Amino acid sequence: MLDNTATILDVANLTTVFNTRDGAVHAVNGVSFSLAPGELLGIVGESGSGKSVTMMSLMDLLPSPPAEIVSGEIIIDGEDVRAMTTAQMRAIRGGKVGFIFQDPMTSLNPVFTVGFQIMEPLREHLGMSKRQARARAAELLELVGIPDAVIRLKDYPHQFSGGMRQRVMIAIALSCDPKILIADEPTTALDVTIQAQILELIRELRQKMGMAIIWITHDLGVIAGIADRVAVMYAGQIVEHAEVKELFRNPQHPYTRALLETLPKAEGERDKRLKSIEGQPPIMNAAPTSCEFAPRCAHAFARCHVENPQRVSIGEGHDVACWWDAKTGGPRDA
Amino acid sequence: MLDTAAPLVKVKNLKMHFPIYRGILSRRAGEVKAVDGISFEIMQGETLGLVGESGCGKTTVGRALLRLYDITEGTIEVNGHDISTIEGEELRALRPEMQMIFQDPQASLNPRMTVGSIISEPLDEHTKLSKVEKRAKVGELMDAVGLARHFADRYPHEFSGGQRQRIGIARALALNPKFIVCDEPIAALDVSIQAQVVNLLEDLQEQFGLTYLFISHDLSMIRHLATRVAVMYLGKIVEIAPRDALYEAPLHPYTEALLSAVPHPDPSQESTRERIILKGDVPSPSNPPQGCNFCTRCPKVIDICRSVEPELQNYGDGHFAACHLLE
Repeated sequence: MLDNTATILDVANLTTVFNTRDGAVHAVNGVSFSLAPGELLGIVGESGSGKSVTMMSLMDLLPSPPAEIVSGEIIIDGEDVRAMTTAQMRAIRGGKVGFIFQDPMTSLNPVFTVGFQIMEPLREHLGMSKRQARARAAELLELVGIPDAVIRLKDYPHQFSGGMRQRVMIAIALSCDPKILIADEPTTALDVTIQAQILELIRELRQKMGMAIIWITHDLGVIAGIADRVAVMYAGQIVEHAEVKELFRNPQHPYTRALLETLPKAEGERDKRLKSIEGQPPIMNAAPTSCEFAPRCAHAFARCHVENPQRVSIGEGHDVACWWDAKTGGPRDA
Repeated sequence: MLDTAAPLVKVKNLKMHFPIYRGILSRRAGEVKAVDGISFEIMQGETLGLVGESGCGKTTVGRALLRLYDITEGTIEVNGHDISTIEGEELRALRPEMQMIFQDPQASLNPRMTVGSIISEPLDEHTKLSKVEKRAKVGELMDAVGLARHFADRYPHEFSGGQRQRIGIARALALNPKFIVCDEPIAALDVSIQAQVVNLLEDLQEQFGLTYLFISHDLSMIRHLATRVAVMYLGKIVEIAPRDALYEAPLHPYTEALLSAVPHPDPSQESTRERIILKGDVPSPSNPPQGCNFCTRCPKVIDICRSVEPELQNYGDGHFAACHLLE
C-alpha cells in the first residue's frame, strides 16, 4: 500500500488502545496511510471513529497510561518516530510537524500574549533571539491576514474573535516552516462565513509554503473543496481511501455511500426524505473480529459478521475494506 | 398542508435587549441588542427556518417567543393569545401549547431522573391524569419517537446523543403542543444520526399537525425541511422568503454570501464555484454600526448604507428583504 515515490509521512498498522478502569477501548485498529510532500489528505469520520486519536498517536501526544500504542510504524521524513527519545520528539512537534486544533480558545494560553505564544516555538526550535522572533511573529500574523500585526502581538487571546484566534493558531503552527501540518477539525467551531475565510487562507498558504496537510473533519462538504485524497474512518479503521473526485463520484464502501446519501442537497432537486443510517456506531471494547459496520449495513452477509475485511485495491489509488463488491452487487472475489 | 389564511404565531416589532452593568455600583452601562425589532408570522403547519451565524440572536428569538424572557418591546401572539406581557398562572396555562426542543440533549435532561419521569414531568405539571394513564401516555410517546418502552426506567447517561434527543422530543410532545421551537436540535449530533432525527421531526409534524420554528446554522438542512426561511444578522431579519425563492434567488447580499459559503459535498463543483468571502467579523450587538447592520462587511456597500437603516420590504410572493440596493 505504501507508495514507492517519496513520502513525507508513512504510517503502517497503527493500533492504539486505551486501558481504562472499565476495560480496554480499541480506538485505532491497524491504520495505515501515507502522505506525499505538498498534498492534502482529508480524514473523514464521525465522533469516536478514531481520527483525532490517530493523529495524537503520531505525535505521541496521548497520556500514557491510559493510552498505549500497541503496534505500528510511523516514519516522518525518513525518521522512525517510535524509536525517538523524548527530546527528539519535542524537536519534531511544532518543528517539522505543526498542529491546529479544533477549539482555538482552549488551545491558546489565556495568560500569555499572542505574540509570546507565536515567538515561543521560534525561540525553542529555531533558536531565534527575542528581537528576531518578534519580527518573524509579526510577519506570520500578517501572513494569516491579521491587520495591525505589530500592535496585535501585545494582545491576549480573549481580545480576538473565534476566526482570528484560529488564524493565530495557524500562525503558530506555521511558525517553524513545517513539512506537515495536522489540522484537527479546524473550522468546526466556526461560522460558515468565517469557515470560508479560513479555507481560503489555507488554500493560499498551501500555494505559498507548500507543506503537506492532514485535514480531519466530519464535514464532507469541506473535504470536497480542499482535499487531494480522502480516507474515510469508521470504528478506528480506514474503510475507504481514494482520490477526492473518485471518492465522491464512485464511493464503494456502504458506509461512505450512506454518509454521502444522508446529506441534504445544497442545490438542485430536493430530497423528499433523507436517507438515514439506522443504529449507532459501535462501542470499541475489543479488537475488531468482524466488520464493525455490518450491524448497520444494508448489504451485510454472513462473512461480514465473522471476518474483518482488509483494504484491497480496486483501482488507481482507490482501496476499500469491504466484503461486498459495489460493482457486482455481490460478495467480493478473493 | 398549508392553511395560508391562518398564522399561528404573529410577532410584531419584537425587541429583546439585555442590560450591561458595569463598575462597583453596577450602573447600567448599555445594552446588548440581541433582537432589535423583528416581525414575522408562522403559518399553521409550516416550518419556518431561522438561520444566521452565532450571536445573531436566533436563539434569543426562539426563547423570547416562548416567553422564557420578559421581552423589551413588541407583541407576540400564539394561537390567538397575546402572550407578550402576561405572567404567572395565565402564562403557565398556555405553556402546553408551545414547547421547545433544545440543542444539547445532554444538558437539557436531568441526569437524576429516569427517562419515564422526564417524559411524564409535563403531565404531572399540567394534567390530572392518574398514574396508570400517565404510564400509558409515556409508552405512547416513546413509541412515537422510536424508543423502546422498556427504556423508561433508565437514566439519560445510558443513551447515545441521538436517543437523548428523542427523549427531549418525547417530552416536548407530551402535552400535545401546537407550536414547537426547535433550537439547533441536530447541531450536536453526528451526520449519520442527524438524518434520523430530522426524519422523525418531519414524521411527527405530519402526524400531529405541528408548527415548527426551526433554528439552525446548517443551511442545507434548513433547505431540506423548511417551508419558509428567515435570515438573521445582528438582531435583525435581513431577508425572509419561501424556501425555493430564498435559495435560488436570494436578494440580500448577506444571504448571498451565506449561501456561497456553504461547502458542497461535490469536488468538481467546489473547484470551480465562485465564492463570496466576507471580510472581518460580525460587529458586537452592544454597539451595532450606524445605518445598515451589515454595512461593515457588505461587498456591495454604498454611501446610504452607512447612515440610513433599510426597511424590510416586500418584493413579491412573500419575499421580503431589507437592503438599499433593492429600492
